[in-house]
Amino acid sequence: MRIYFLKILLISTSIIFILRLFYIQIINKSYETLSQNNAVIEISDYPERGLIYDRNSKLIVANKASYDLMVIPENINYFDTTLLCKLTKTKKKELIINLNKAKKFSKRLPSIAINQITKENYASLQEHLWKFEGFFIQKKSVRDYKISSGANVLGYMSEVNNSDLRKDRYYKLGELIGRQGIEKSYENELRGGKGKKILQKDRFNRIIGSYQEGRFDIKKKNSKNITLTIDSDLQSYGEKIMKNKRGGIVAIEPQTGEILALISSPSYNPNLLIGKKRSVNYKILANDSLSKPLFDRGLQAQYPPGSPFKTLNALIGLQENVINTKTVFLCNKGYSYSKGAFMECHCKKGTRNNLLKGIYNSCNSFFAKTYTRIIKKYNTPSESLDNWRKHLESFGLGNYLGYDLPIGKTGFIPDSKYYNRWYKENGWSAPTIISNAIGQGEILTTPIQLANITAAIANRGFYYTPHFLKSPDSIKKNKFFKKNITSIDSLNFEIIIEGMHQVIEKGTAKIAKIKNIEVCGKTGTAENFTKVNNVKTQLTDHSIFIAFAPKVNPKIAIAVFIENGYWGSRWAAPIASLVIEKYINSKIERKWLEKKIMNGSLQNEYKKPYSGEKFNINE
Amino acid sequence: MNKKIFLFDWGSFLLYFLLVVFGLVNIYSSTYNENSSLFNFSIPIGKQFIFLIISIFSAIIILSINSKFFERFSSLIYLISILLLIGLFIFGTNLKGATSWYIFGGIGFQPSEFAKVATALAIAKLLSEIQINIKNIKSLFQLATIITIPTLLIIFQPDPGSAIIFSAFFFVLYREGLNNVYLIIFSMIIILFILSLLIPVNLMIIILLTIFLSLYSISKKLNKKISFTPYFISLVTSCLYVISVGYIFNNVFKQRHRDRFNIILGKEFDDKGIGYNLNQSIIAIGSGSWTGKGFLQGTQTKGDFVPRQHTDYIFSTIGEEWGFLGCTIVIFIYVLLIYRILSRSEKLKNKFSRIFSYSFASILTLHFIINIGMSLGLIPTIGIPLPFISYGGSNLLGFTCMMFIYLNLDANRLD
Repeated sequence: MRIYFLKILLISTSIIFILRLFYIQIINKSYETLSQNNAVIEISDYPERGLIYDRNSKLIVANKASYDLMVIPENINYFDTTLLCKLTKTKKKELIINLNKAKKFSKRLPSIAINQITKENYASLQEHLWKFEGFFIQKKSVRDYKISSGANVLGYMSEVNNSDLRKDRYYKLGELIGRQGIEKSYENELRGGKGKKILQKDRFNRIIGSYQEGRFDIKKKNSKNITLTIDSDLQSYGEKIMKNKRGGIVAIEPQTGEILALISSPSYNPNLLIGKKRSVNYKILANDSLSKPLFDRGLQAQYPPGSPFKTLNALIGLQENVINTKTVFLCNKGYSYSKGAFMECHCKKGTRNNLLKGIYNSCNSFFAKTYTRIIKKYNTPSESLDNWRKHLESFGLGNYLGYDLPIGKTGFIPDSKYYNRWYKENGWSAPTIISNAIGQGEILTTPIQLANITAAIANRGFYYTPHFLKSPDSIKKNKFFKKNITSIDSLNFEIIIEGMHQVIEKGTAKIAKIKNIEVCGKTGTAENFTKVNNVKTQLTDHSIFIAFAPKVNPKIAIAVFIENGYWGSRWAAPIASLVIEKYINSKIERKWLEKKIMNGSLQNEYKKPYSGEKFNINE
Repeated sequence: MNKKIFLFDWGSFLLYFLLVVFGLVNIYSSTYNENSSLFNFSIPIGKQFIFLIISIFSAIIILSINSKFFERFSSLIYLISILLLIGLFIFGTNLKGATSWYIFGGIGFQPSEFAKVATALAIAKLLSEIQINIKNIKSLFQLATIITIPTLLIIFQPDPGSAIIFSAFFFVLYREGLNNVYLIIFSMIIILFILSLLIPVNLMIIILLTIFLSLYSISKKLNKKISFTPYFISLVTSCLYVISVGYIFNNVFKQRHRDRFNIILGKEFDDKGIGYNLNQSIIAIGSGSWTGKGFLQGTQTKGDFVPRQHTDYIFSTIGEEWGFLGCTIVIFIYVLLIYRILSRSEKLKNKFSRIFSYSFASILTLHFIINIGMSLGLIPTIGIPLPFISYGGSNLLGFTCMMFIYLNLDANRLD
């Protein structure tokens, strides 16, 4: 038996082989018809990208048809390149580059030869398509932005690049991916899941039906439509009044953490970044290194917060019991916080300020003294500082807020480690870091963080993580439903809120007063520096304002940052009050103010550092 | 030169000659373009032609050597082949992800082909020694070592296709009286190895579980006394084996190794997961009908629809251009050749000669079954060449050497 084993194996397999050959060569005729230069072709079946609505169910992002000219390189015959370029309005060079790329990718598989042909060009191309062997048209849809604002929120899409292809095998060469903004954050939901159809072709390259009765086809998965928390009218209005000014506005609905508007100025029309013109326009925007339109000043810009930060120090002072509502501090046109070191204040000599007055007069001395008590409360300055920082962290400062856009900055809140590194252990105390009292010094915040603390104050001690997605709830992250409670007792907020209300009524921001709405706010002015020819040069102060309204049951909390706008109530406060009025009353009564702000320009201010001449600031 | 050499097996030589010539014809056809010529040494057909000439010279040298030479020097030849395999890790050239070649002046030499010959010689030598008894564990261990060393070295090149061929020696051991249990265990190891690369590990374990449980319940019905323990142990061992194969493949091997395995398993042109390669091969063969489309007339072949057609998928060219008739004749020639070698080897008095010839026939059989079986879609894709026919110089040279060693030994059968 063992001797015959191999012989038996050999003969029996040979018989099986011959039977198999007989079956596929003689009996089953289908292979013969399948032959003759057959090939399979895989076609992606794309679901329509999800639509985007604003909080008032207004459609803001839709889709429109666009056509890609596809090519299968091995089927190309000689053709009139000039005619093809003329019909599709493409440069010859671009066509040749794309054809070479396609050849390199695969001779047998379809690649994009010319992408995103407009409807008009498509019509004329289709008449001539028979002249171009190896080419066919694939319909695709591209974004259609119904509003000309909100580009920084909505983001844009662009073709996948090599690193995308490596990271996620879902994508194929030439497809679009959400690159920035909401388009990126909710890419998976908005795109759905593409299906595929595998088709059989005959030797004339005609599609003769599905491959093996569609056995390998995959059904597409529908995309989701989403609703944003953005009020598109408010967003557009904000962008309009920010014209010729640089800065950011962030408006949040305090009860929910929903972001009503996120304005970064200068901005651009989102429709610039779709279709064939995308790459050219993108380059122009990216190369504008002076006004940086692609830089989201609401999320990415880190400024010293200035005086609005005093509200937080007051809250911490109350919580730590180092001051109370009756505490009075003397201000002598400032405060001599250590030997030979003096912090100036605009109060008259001999002014006695209590907490309320300290807030609405924005008295530097009051908060410097409060802060000194905060830092002296525990055994060491380190312990006190870290305790102070813990309070601030509970307001979301010093870290990413966790909103649902892909970009952001943490800002900066110093801790004891930071100062120990700079000044050695125990080499510093309250006077060393006194600038923190008034929101200067090392502290940095982003406008959205400022808006968020304003919301937390408006809520008397809690906030919801700010977010842009309103619905559907099914794709909303759990943390957007979670109340974040600050470390300050809600009772302590009333006096601060009253102070902020007085700021509008009789303090530094009377210009922000709106008829029939009780606004609470706090102005700010922040010194800032830049480098001109490598020399540290001070520029005109930033104009800052935070506010919420109404005082009871607040509907909107807002932070406004105007780069080099000088003092807080010059630009930021009126802008904030206009946005609040627009949102709550949906029309502006103070036409004179609106006109003045809208026509106002800071362009001359921005040109100063680049003029090459000496210039004055704060004028 | 030995006079008896002219008594050699002319029949086998004729069959060998037919296969080699037919191979050249089909390589020419499947790589045909306007520059094709036997003397254009930069293209496959020209390179193959050079190797044919080298093979002829080698054949003449082998025939002129005294037949005792092979037995006497088999250990040395085996040692050299192992050194050549080790040397690859230092001096070898990486082609398509595997360090399997030494390249001199544009012509590659693949030591794994040489290792097949050397291992066949070494096995024959060892088994023919008087003190060796295949039922004895110690002898078995020696035999296993001889087979395992080159196999492992080849797996780590990595060239899993060539490594699989070394399992052909189990036919030889079986013929020489190996216990059935080893045969079963060994087949399981090979089958599980291939399956665990093709099927996800979780699914594999579920399949194994089902198989073992149903086997157990069936045998329980037949014999009530049967114990669960051996089933359980085999199940656990198989699962651990499958898991470790998966682990080694995914974590120890580098991407280029994995790519190589994927090439061998035919996943390379199959990024759609629809068996493109195989499908094209079957369509090509199927479209051949009774007599084929004729030399250079295969549209599938010309359209370059079947990847790797001049090497592993050469049978699809035969199928398309020579039809059912051509395929049947090729299969017939192989069967005749192998059958003839097997029959004649049984008559050889010298044990060394008999075992070597049997090894040669076993290697041929395994190549034949795997290659054609794969082209016809009967077994999973394993990329190994069709002996004498596929493009590949070392392969042709290696098989020619084995063929002529066999012819030499056979001619001296009376010794």
